[in-house]
Amino acid sequence: MTTSHLLPHVVQSRRTLMRRAIAAALLAAPVTGSLAACAIGAGDDKTTTVDRGSTSEANPLGAPTDKPLEIVIFKGGYSDEYAKFDEELFRQRFPGVKINHQGIQKVGDVLRPRFVAGDPPDVIDNTGAGRLDIASLIADGQLRDLKEVLDSPSIDDKSKTVRDTLLPGVVAKGSVDGTCYQLNIAYTVYGLWYSKPLFEKNGWAYPKTWEEMLALCAEIKKSGISPWTYQGKYPEYMNDPLFSMAMKAGGPELMAKLDNLEPNAWRDPAMVAAVEAIYQLVDRGFFLPGSEALSHTEAQNAWCQGKAAFIPCGSWLESEQKAVTPAGFDMVVAPMPALSGSDKLPGTAIQGAASESFIVPTKAKNPYGALEFLRTLVSKPAAKKFAELAATLPSTAGGTEGVAMTSGLASVAAMVAAAGTNVVSLNFGEWYPTMGTAVSNATGELLTKRIKPGDWINRMQKAADDVAKDSTIAKHKR
Amino acid sequence: MRHGKYRFLAWSVLPGLALYAVFVISPYAQAFYLALTDWRGVSARQKFIGLDNFARLAGDSLFWTALRHNAVMLLVVPLATIGIALFLASMLNLAGRGGRAAIQGVRGAKFYKIVYFFPQLLAVSIVAVLWQFVYTPNSGLLNGALNAVGLGSLTRPWLAVPSLALPAVMTVMVWGSVGFYVVLFSAAMQSIPRDVLEAAAMDGANRFVTFRRITLPLLWDTVQVAYVYLGILAMDGFALVQILTVGLNGGGPDNATEVLGLTLWRNAFVYGRFGYASAMGVAMFFLTLALAALTLRFTRRERIEY
Repeated sequence: MTTSHLLPHVVQSRRTLMRRAIAAALLAAPVTGSLAACAIGAGDDKTTTVDRGSTSEANPLGAPTDKPLEIVIFKGGYSDEYAKFDEELFRQRFPGVKINHQGIQKVGDVLRPRFVAGDPPDVIDNTGAGRLDIASLIADGQLRDLKEVLDSPSIDDKSKTVRDTLLPGVVAKGSVDGTCYQLNIAYTVYGLWYSKPLFEKNGWAYPKTWEEMLALCAEIKKSGISPWTYQGKYPEYMNDPLFSMAMKAGGPELMAKLDNLEPNAWRDPAMVAAVEAIYQLVDRGFFLPGSEALSHTEAQNAWCQGKAAFIPCGSWLESEQKAVTPAGFDMVVAPMPALSGSDKLPGTAIQGAASESFIVPTKAKNPYGALEFLRTLVSKPAAKKFAELAATLPSTAGGTEGVAMTSGLASVAAMVAAAGTNVVSLNFGEWYPTMGTAVSNATGELLTKRIKPGDWINRMQKAADDVAKDSTIAKHKR
Repeated sequence: MRHGKYRFLAWSVLPGLALYAVFVISPYAQAFYLALTDWRGVSARQKFIGLDNFARLAGDSLFWTALRHNAVMLLVVPLATIGIALFLASMLNLAGRGGRAAIQGVRGAKFYKIVYFFPQLLAVSIVAVLWQFVYTPNSGLLNGALNAVGLGSLTRPWLAVPSLALPAVMTVMVWGSVGFYVVLFSAAMQSIPRDVLEAAAMDGANRFVTFRRITLPLLWDTVQVAYVYLGILAMDGFALVQILTVGLNGGGPDNATEVLGLTLWRNAFVYGRFGYASAMGVAMFFLTLALAALTLRFTRRERIEY
């Protein structure tokens, strides 16, 4: 904050008073103005002339051979080295194309003005905390349907379409109302992590049902280790185990009901049972004390130090913890235990969501080049490089073949293989971001016992009903 | 001659005015317009929807929660900061009475003045991260200190307790601002004529009376300015809350630390409701304007000549 030392001898008149008040107010909320910067007056709707090269077997999408291609990559946990490799692959096939590569972090802040001005890049990796709101982009017709690239033949095997080479759920995750707008190249699956040697040493076996889980937790607690911890500062981490169990018990029907905002969807018995099950963890004191205030780093580090036995997380955990994991910790991930004996999906079912979302704006200047780049991005050599550099599963089937795998990544791959097509994921948080906030808050309160499972259900039902009756929010169906 | 002078002045202020018009006035004017649209912030498309956004605002309970938190901060942060800063500044400048009636600060005053200013040099994001380490439950400085002095029963997961989270945030705000106002008040105190203070001391006024009857009235204009600036700080709090507190985008637990800036930011950048967020910005603009006018009006006093 800057302030000038006003001399203490100012005789005030009404006018100077108002003037100073206005000056102070103008200083106060620059955010008011910055929201509006460049909002009005831009955005000509002139259609860009699309250059499409001639199509051939080697170039089925007809990418122009000489038109420049602008690619913006989110430079986060996975860095942007993999994209540079992929651009090199692209360049080998299209030597005449000049590629403008940018690796950035605040994707939304950087690209929002360019979207508003009608001048977006050709390919965007719309990922990270500051990503562009996908629901708004779609509602404003800013994203290109990726059907063409999905239906084009795969680079590795001409008899297959790109769509067929992707793992189950990848296209669905990128689709809204049946149209795929995002190509997610990483395959993130969620489960419960533990140190294999620790469990072997103590003779603990990973539980198959929630009942066994509670019994095991009691045993772990007796040994002096906290059974669970979680990334309490961001309570939504606990939503993964919660929804995994609910989805297993309730099956795809429950998933559809929740996402489609059906009346009383949240009161489904499977949903209620899952919330009550998770509540047992806090009710029986199975969490590491203080977990509710730990950041993700703090919680994960405490877990790596052996202060807690289990932690829920996505498949990125191993690479995130690389620097602090002790030797011989050998973390592995497992699917959440079955909620009941009558679950609709098998115990191997997992929650999985493709991530690292690549999009092509409708106003891209070189859309066919962009689509061809996406085709390159999910080819096997590109996928393998991604697995190698980012230590995570690519969305392309068989993308980890021949890649040396660490303990965690191997367990992720095994979990995905065992799940087969039983990979579930929910979309309501992305379609209706207010519900994402609501579910995070509700779970945070549940895990500190400030609300009961019944309150959690009521809150979420209300959040869903509020969205359903708000005519200004565009609705989607799965 | 006169004519030439004004022309020169006009030319001198013009670049500043132009920048101000482009970067301050124009975005404000746009924000006022956008508040009447449903702009989503990712294209040039926007539909004029009249006062719908303001109608929605009136019924948005989170907005009112945030407003209430800002109001609490508005009461606590300036009062606490100015109180502590005035105390420290008088200790540094007037409290020590080493020799006879000579007015001076306590020993090491210069050193303290610099140390108190340190937090002012840190970016808000760094302050927030530092305090995250202070408040973190199992290895944090605060709980560690409580354990060390045998007050282990008072340890809490500070930021995860709804009733403590907002006070925890306000503590950080006060900690971060006090140093600046210590320096500001010190400078103002230096300009108080020594003879007035010495005369008071000779008449037998103790330090408290001297402060209340002499120092504070003579500092009043500076205090008033400090109050306005701190009021503005308390109306904001966005960056600190977003980084420090719990919840999907901060503001937790369960909206216990939600502030207007955060509600506005979330609506714009997470929910893609730039039009609605602009309406919030417009509401905040008038609130801050009213606040500044009221503060200056009600703290108005007769000017003291000396």
